[in-house]
Amino acid sequence: MSLSLDGIGLVHPNGQRALQRVTLAAAGGERVAIIGPSGAGKTTLLRVAAASLRPSEGRLQALAVNPWQLSARALRRLRARIGVVHQAPPIPPRLRVVTAVLAGRLGAWSAGKALASLLYPADIAGAREVLARLDLADRLFERCDRLSGGQLQRVGIARVLYQGPELLLADEPVSALDPALADAAVGQLIAQSEASGATLVASLHAVDLALKWFPRIGGMREGVVMFDVPAREVTRAMLHELYATEGAVLPTQGNDPSALAPLQTLAQVVPIARPGCR
Amino acid sequence: MKTPTLAAPERDPQARRRATGVLLGVLVLWPMLQLAEFRPAALFESGNLKVMGGFLSAFLPPASSVEFLGLLLKATLETLAMATAGIALAFVIATPLALAMTHSLSVSRIGPGPGRWRGEAFRHGARLLLTLLRAVPELVWALLFVRALGLGPAAGVLALAITYGGMLGKVYAEILESSDTRPGRALLEAGSGRIAALAYGLLPGAAQELASYTVYRWECAVRASVVMGFVGAGGLGQLMDQSMKMLNGGEASTILLTFLLLVLLADALSAALRRLLA
Repeated sequence: MSLSLDGIGLVHPNGQRALQRVTLAAAGGERVAIIGPSGAGKTTLLRVAAASLRPSEGRLQALAVNPWQLSARALRRLRARIGVVHQAPPIPPRLRVVTAVLAGRLGAWSAGKALASLLYPADIAGAREVLARLDLADRLFERCDRLSGGQLQRVGIARVLYQGPELLLADEPVSALDPALADAAVGQLIAQSEASGATLVASLHAVDLALKWFPRIGGMREGVVMFDVPAREVTRAMLHELYATEGAVLPTQGNDPSALAPLQTLAQVVPIARPGCR
Repeated sequence: MKTPTLAAPERDPQARRRATGVLLGVLVLWPMLQLAEFRPAALFESGNLKVMGGFLSAFLPPASSVEFLGLLLKATLETLAMATAGIALAFVIATPLALAMTHSLSVSRIGPGPGRWRGEAFRHGARLLLTLLRAVPELVWALLFVRALGLGPAAGVLALAITYGGMLGKVYAEILESSDTRPGRALLEAGSGRIAALAYGLLPGAAQELASYTVYRWECAVRASVVMGFVGAGGLGQLMDQSMKMLNGGEASTILLTFLLLVLLADALSAALRRLLA
């Protein structure tokens, strides 16, 4: 198993419980989308999987080891093999795009190479190649504070593509993108997983996007995994129960008809138009 | 959203805490002002005004003999050299200690992971060392070193390096903690080393603050080196000491004008550095 959570629970230091007996496993190369209302614990789940948050209970295996039993050095090497796309890209505004992307390999580079790359970028071609996949190659030498929110989010994705991780975790990776770009960006994450054999676990707000690209869907609500089934077995009733607290309308990409194409089976049963919703 | 939480209270729950804070502030401050014999009205009593006026009138006109200006130039260069060398040494002392102490570069706090207690102890050690360095005023260090190294700027440089090393280290660590720490943390979570996380994640956001604080400290060092000159550490202070002892107000006022120029210079340098790093 590339990622395995077994009975994972997590209580934040303020006493708030974020995860409750979460069990979820993904084999090498598998692609899973996590959906659910906001506050469901999706981000916490991904942070636990990324060895950034230590679970309060349960057993965790990431890339076949328990991160919290490793020595500091081994844990660092493990983290370098896990890539995380953050919802808010953690990129300083003064950094140039090329530097922000190359930072993806800092886990693999020596400190000397990292510092030298600040003087002259160590791998311009590599950065340009991943940016081109996200349609941003022309922004290579621009500063990140000149980018729009959506462009910056794609730079964050490009950084992780450049990292080339074995376990790829994406937390709402396309929340700032319009439907067409979001579709393309998720497509690139899928393509990366297919090409490198990386396991991909992504939390997504738009149900249609998840159903279109991911063979397996996990539904979370209030820190609990409500279902974990192949995409074709997801029914309207399951979705409505999942999003019960958010009203009768399911969150989708918005009213862009092209994003609904794969939803043939759901199109009649799910009221989809919800403009302004990501 | 999350499980139904308690209803938000009607009134601002922080109001009482703020009122208590203000009350405590006044209660603490009032006796302090009494203890410090704070009576601003005394400044304006006619007798005092006359004494101060007499003292100041001796300062005019500023001395401008060529011989004195030559001495002044030499002393100014000596002071500048003392301050610059002192700050450079202080920087060398401060940087490693600040990096050891700052929470935003701690890997073991992520999780928390292995080596947490060791890391915590190490950080406390660095903090204690920095406190010890700056607890003794530079004047006391200077008195000590003048006895060991004899009269001259070398004693001042060492005194500045020690005290200012302690100040710079503490404030560097705190600047790194109060600017946006997420980029650095995200890099550490992706397996990057501490130096790389500093260079790619923290410095882009904090460089301006760090530079302007360092230049400000250099400005303080120029002033401090004057005070140390009074105890024989050379430079403008020694010159000032001689002028005052000879009751030569004109020379003293020329020296004060030189200080003004030096502070203006520091200000311009700081502004230029901030522009460069913007």
